[in-house]
Amino acid sequence: MPPSISNSQSIAAAITAVCLVILLLLLRFAYVTYRTGRPHRTPQRRRLRTLIVLGSGGHTAEMINLLEVLPKERFEPRVYIAAATDNMSLQKARVFESSLGSQVEVAEFHQVYRSREVGQSYLTSVGTTIFAIGHALWLIFQIRPEVIICNGPGTCIPLCIAAFFFKLAGLRWSSIFYVESIARVRKLSLSGLLLYKLHLADQIFVQWPQLQKTYPKAHYVGRLM
Amino acid sequence: MESGLTRRMVFVTVGTTCFDALVAAVDTAQVKEQLWKKGYTHLLIQMGRGSYVPTKSLGDDGSVAVDYFTFSPSIKDHLREASLIISHAGSGSIFETLRLGKPLVVVVNEDLMDNHQSELAEELAERKHLICARPQTLCETIKNMDLESLLPYPPADATPVAQLINGFLGFPDDSFSQKLE
Repeated sequence: MPPSISNSQSIAAAITAVCLVILLLLLRFAYVTYRTGRPHRTPQRRRLRTLIVLGSGGHTAEMINLLEVLPKERFEPRVYIAAATDNMSLQKARVFESSLGSQVEVAEFHQVYRSREVGQSYLTSVGTTIFAIGHALWLIFQIRPEVIICNGPGTCIPLCIAAFFFKLAGLRWSSIFYVESIARVRKLSLSGLLLYKLHLADQIFVQWPQLQKTYPKAHYVGRLM
Repeated sequence: MESGLTRRMVFVTVGTTCFDALVAAVDTAQVKEQLWKKGYTHLLIQMGRGSYVPTKSLGDDGSVAVDYFTFSPSIKDHLREASLIISHAGSGSIFETLRLGKPLVVVVNEDLMDNHQSELAEELAERKHLICARPQTLCETIKNMDLESLLPYPPADATPVAQLINGFLGFPDDSFSQKLE
């Protein structure tokens, strides 16, 4: 009968379309994973929108030490993000920016919900992580960073995952750099391990040579503190 | 003061943590006696959120004078004044003390669950930048410590990270070669 034929045809067409979309997504996924970690070949001549994810206390101090020596005119504008529960880090970033004498437009400051607070159970952190990723997607959509520099703890994970989704969708390519804290001597932190294992970061830096031996794809860079 | 002794202060800090085992350990007669023998005259304890309250003493009975407080915004002044610092293993106080070039004994809190902090203290102790102890071994550590053997902590250098990020993104290396000149 004609109707059933057109029905089965449209079902077949739908299945083919779904398969095609899945195939395209898989190909894109493979391409993004392949490109991540490969240096840019063409010489860079412009400024890059940079997102700096601040951790807390000692982490922020290490990040400021890195920003001190980074050629600022290449990493502009700079957007800083800290956890919503962390009042100190953005303050330190503001002090750093005003010490540069930079104009107001060069630096922006945001807060993000954390996926997991210190001491929170792993079970409830599943829900808070999903919420944090949602917020992170919105922030990445607004900021559209070309470079992301982060150094843990957990605050950077939802933002890096959100940035990965934007890479997958072809909306914005961001190069992600992660600096492991100097406090990690023998093992990567959970954030560092996630980025390392999931190939989310382009480069992971460690501050102790023995850590680089355990994680050979990381770069040993000496101490930031 | 009374015997014309120069003031040599030991500053104990637990930061924002609760570390009663350390405060109780420095408050024992044995530890105070060892500190006195080493020539220290005053013991100032920053006890943080802990509930163990040390015994105050004016030190007029031929022993160290003991004073304490919970928190202070001017920890740095105490670190500067101190001749010896006994600290918890938090990276903040460790690096602040090392940068001041003060002798440091770090006491690891074994009650912490995810205790990666001891990694840092042990590594820096192996490199002879500080002395690492546990609350129960603190007395032995002070008795046997040789502060002369400690090495100064070299200043940090973030340029290798900045250079790698620059190179990865395809920026020329010129801004760094300028700095080296």
